[in-house]
Amino acid sequence: MATQSPNSPVNWEAVEQSAEFRSLRSKHAKFVFPLSAAFIIWYFAYVLLAAYATDFMATPVFGSINVGLILGLGQFVTTFAITAWYVSHANKVLDPAAEALYDKIEKGDA
Amino acid sequence: MSTIMTVAETAALQIDPVLNISVFLVFVIATLVIVIRASRNNKSAADYYAAGRSFTGPQNGFAIAGDYLSAASFLGIAGAIAVSGYDGFLYSIGFLVAWLVALLLVAELMRNTGKFTMADVLAFRLQQRPVRMAAALTTLAVSFFYLLAQMAGAGGLVALLLGITDKMGQSLVIAVVGILMIFYVLIGGMKGTTWVQIVKAVLLIGGAFVMTIWVMAMNNFDFSALLNAAVATSITDPANAILGPGLKYSANPLDFVSLSIALVLGTAGLPHVLMRFYTVPSAREARRSVVWAIWLIGIFYIFTLVLGYGAAALVGPQTILDAPGGQNSAAPLLALALGGPVLMGIISAVAFATILAVVAGLTITAATSFAHDVYASVIKNGNADPAAEVKVARITVVVIGILAIVGGIGVNGQNIAFLVALAFAVAASANLPTIVYSLFWHRFNTRGAVWSMVGGLVSTVVLIVCSPVFSGGEKSIFPDANFAWFPLSNPGIVSIPLGFLLGWLGSVTSKKAEDAAKAAEMYVRAYTGHGAEKASEH
Repeated sequence: MATQSPNSPVNWEAVEQSAEFRSLRSKHAKFVFPLSAAFIIWYFAYVLLAAYATDFMATPVFGSINVGLILGLGQFVTTFAITAWYVSHANKVLDPAAEALYDKIEKGDA
Repeated sequence: MSTIMTVAETAALQIDPVLNISVFLVFVIATLVIVIRASRNNKSAADYYAAGRSFTGPQNGFAIAGDYLSAASFLGIAGAIAVSGYDGFLYSIGFLVAWLVALLLVAELMRNTGKFTMADVLAFRLQQRPVRMAAALTTLAVSFFYLLAQMAGAGGLVALLLGITDKMGQSLVIAVVGILMIFYVLIGGMKGTTWVQIVKAVLLIGGAFVMTIWVMAMNNFDFSALLNAAVATSITDPANAILGPGLKYSANPLDFVSLSIALVLGTAGLPHVLMRFYTVPSAREARRSVVWAIWLIGIFYIFTLVLGYGAAALVGPQTILDAPGGQNSAAPLLALALGGPVLMGIISAVAFATILAVVAGLTITAATSFAHDVYASVIKNGNADPAAEVKVARITVVVIGILAIVGGIGVNGQNIAFLVALAFAVAASANLPTIVYSLFWHRFNTRGAVWSMVGGLVSTVVLIVCSPVFSGGEKSIFPDANFAWFPLSNPGIVSIPLGFLLGWLGSVTSKKAEDAAKAAEMYVRAYTGHGAEKASEH
């Protein structure tokens, strides 16, 4: 079942104000927000092309494969790539910082 | 033209209801055994609502795929590609890219802060009662719209797969689906539901994989050759119009843009998707589950692209449109063309399993929200006995199941395709703004949360009622009336910015200070996982 920390109540506000926590939040924000903006812009660029530039999207590139199909599959590729990139960043940068702070709170010296 | 007619006739003859029902029965019996075995350890509320938080990331990734890939995304997208070509493919891209919102912004932080429901996170640092009420309201609304769409879809599917065309027989099958679902969720709780979703995801993705390889092999693994074969049977003018966008949406491209916004922002606000993050032991596992889900869902949509054009090439769009079930029959008819009645029976059973797994996920989400948010937190003021709370959840499951059966029978045969889009639009307009503000904006407060949730929900529903979906067109629900002043069938382009705007406006106009200590606790928990709910020990 859910277990509360065995320590005396944590001073959450002090942790929130700490340099470590602020650095963790900013590391997270600096990674996820620009990336989110990028994939949303790329997605809507694609949607607007599909909605309003149908002739351009129907331009054949090789065989019957056209620009629209390549851009559409490109959305799949970027989605997979962003996923992999985020996971590697989270494992290398975010998780260690979060775990260090977690341990500090456990010991009560945050 | 004559060859197409022959295919249509043999298709009608080769539907073997006994075989289809037999394959489906095997699935039902197998999942029942799994559900009953899984239910043995259902003791606490965390067991019932969150499967004891004991699933691994990969398992939960399969369950998410099983929860998310509804009949609409399997039969609907394959059929839309077979008939409308490229425009059908556009749907699947929105459904996939949407997962990045869940991965980057929502999944881990939600997992660390909440217990069972979306409202746990939203009400964490705000006033419990108003925020929980509003969150329960949007959860129930989204789940019910989605549920109704699935149940009504079951009726159409029955007509196609079992050859049952009379209303009475279809109603009976809808009732059977509903009763089975009630049984799974009642007995198995979240654990049983999750296993049903995992089994279904494996079958669905496996089945699609086999058919994809088959279709590609017939075209020497040359996708361009497959496209040429699809163009050869095309009924559009010009024939190669199916290769580019425009067949479905060129009449009103803005409507399509509006739909796309709702698809990409709605997924991360779907309560039944959010609830799945609580079934794993940690935020890291929540992340792993989303990664697995993204790969599975993405690969599945690539399969549907092949299946859609494959159905166009091998079955032909006219035959598909003429079949009972229309566009939705593309994938089963392709299975028939490839592997005969046996493969069609398997694919049909998979389609049924799909409906069953999705409605089970929706029902447990809605029941949990009612029992945990409305009953325990609002009616009992947070002092409910956990056993009594789970009992309320179980009763709610039965009530929702009965409502779904009655509703499904009621709307059977109606054009309810808008319901899934509506569910996504409400999730994006009412839920996502509140989730994002709660997690990232310190100034956000109770009034902002209530305004954005209630405002997002009401504006979405009002706009769709006042759109061509309900009146003023030949395909409207009320074709003889005309109260449609909103020109788009998809309200997202207005209601989603409105939801964000109301959340901001409510927050900046409210002078009431929220609990700063609670806010600090929420943020520290969200980012570090400190105090997050652990897996139960058995």
